[in-house]
Amino acid sequence: MVMWRIGILALQGAVREHIDQIEKLGCEPVLVKSIEDLKGLNGLVLPGGESTTIRKLLDRYELLNPIRTLAQNGLPIFGTCAGLILLAEEIVGYEKPHLGLMDVVVERNSYGRQVDSFEVELSIKDIGEDIPAVFIRAPHIVSVGKEVEVLAKHDERIVFARDRHFLGCSFHPELTEDIRIMKYFVEMIKQSHTCKME
Amino acid sequence: MKLVGTERVKRGMAEMQKGGVIMDVINAEQAKIAEAAGAVAVMALERVPSDIRKAGGVARMADPRIVEEVMNAVTIPVMAKARIGHIVEARVLEAMGVDYIDESEVLTPADEEFHLLKSDYTVPFVCGCRDLGEAARRIGEGASMLRTKGEPGTGNIVEAVRHMRKVNAQVRRVVGMSTDELMTEAKLLGAPFELLVEIKKLGRLPVVNFAAGGIATPADAALMMELGADGVFVGSGIFKSENPEKFARAIVEATTHYKDYKLIAEISKELGTPMKGIDIATLPDSERMQERGW
Repeated sequence: MVMWRIGILALQGAVREHIDQIEKLGCEPVLVKSIEDLKGLNGLVLPGGESTTIRKLLDRYELLNPIRTLAQNGLPIFGTCAGLILLAEEIVGYEKPHLGLMDVVVERNSYGRQVDSFEVELSIKDIGEDIPAVFIRAPHIVSVGKEVEVLAKHDERIVFARDRHFLGCSFHPELTEDIRIMKYFVEMIKQSHTCKME
Repeated sequence: MKLVGTERVKRGMAEMQKGGVIMDVINAEQAKIAEAAGAVAVMALERVPSDIRKAGGVARMADPRIVEEVMNAVTIPVMAKARIGHIVEARVLEAMGVDYIDESEVLTPADEEFHLLKSDYTVPFVCGCRDLGEAARRIGEGASMLRTKGEPGTGNIVEAVRHMRKVNAQVRRVVGMSTDELMTEAKLLGAPFELLVEIKKLGRLPVVNFAAGGIATPADAALMMELGADGVFVGSGIFKSENPEKFARAIVEATTHYKDYKLIAEISKELGTPMKGIDIATLPDSERMQERGW
């Protein structure tokens, strides 16, 4: 069996939780702190954390363009919460996006402050029912491009979507024991690899 | 069903701060400098700890106007301090929508016997600890995040080092014990038994533990990460230094790349004078903030 090498952007945030989930699925987690760490990855996870902090550190270590190039060459990327904000092509109230890879418009802190943070169970297309979702000062997806598939909504708002080999959600699957979402991402990696082989 | 203020939501918020730096600020301008430098959150205060030391008297919750000013200035989370056991200060900060409350020994305690029942609140709390017993008691009361007490406002890292080493050594000890030894350990530490069982099972504390109280340089921040801190709080260290912007950026970088010594050398060059420190031995017992709370 192939052991996929999945990078986790490890500048700040919920890195340990993603390591646990990736290991549970029999894949190899790789901490990404500098350009060299991006070599030989089959997929990349952008974890939850503070998007403004992560962006500043991405700039300081010149990681933004190398990640963008890998993404444009087909590297599957999964962003949770802050990771979704990094992936989005447009952020409400900001002139420029961060990585700008996923054809979605997101809004930051769109549920209010920490006292309004919540957890709920979601039904997610192609993945399953009753999936625990923890929303912490969460963003939401305001609108999606034509090619983008909406995977889940909560209270009429889009909270989970897939655009080609990019996957992004507003909430934190990494804060739960449920690994179905990460399993879906590993399947995406497998498919993208099979495509390349052909 | 949508649930707010659950343990997972409150602890999860702190998990998102891991690997980051939380900075003390006293106005909107400082908050913006902190955010631009890459802070993961700011602590809104009326005075930084070193000025609280100088001012003496009773230190209380900050003027809500200052907290509000800081909340309006930045998009990163805003924390604020309430006095130990001061139910109303905590409820006021919660009602204002502060993202995290520090039940802090930096302020003069309102209750010398009882800490807040933090599980009662929707807003999450961070508390100081010097050892595992104290850490476990605070978690038992509902704290969602811990930090070392250190000795605030001194610019001296020695107490934070002592507290971080102590907690981690005690966690390792509990993890290595057999389950039938845990009740006696709970009695000795003054810690809830169920929490020790959980720590043994997880192999670590169930909440994040940041370093705080005396961090004055990028190397100090990196040292605390090396010792196992999940992140750092910097109080007086930044805005009492000669060049706050540069200092703030350097401390953020040193926290992320705490094992990259060449980088730490680079960012520590010509930073200007850090805050002036205090030798802990010269502090009379009555001025040691870490003795507040139990």
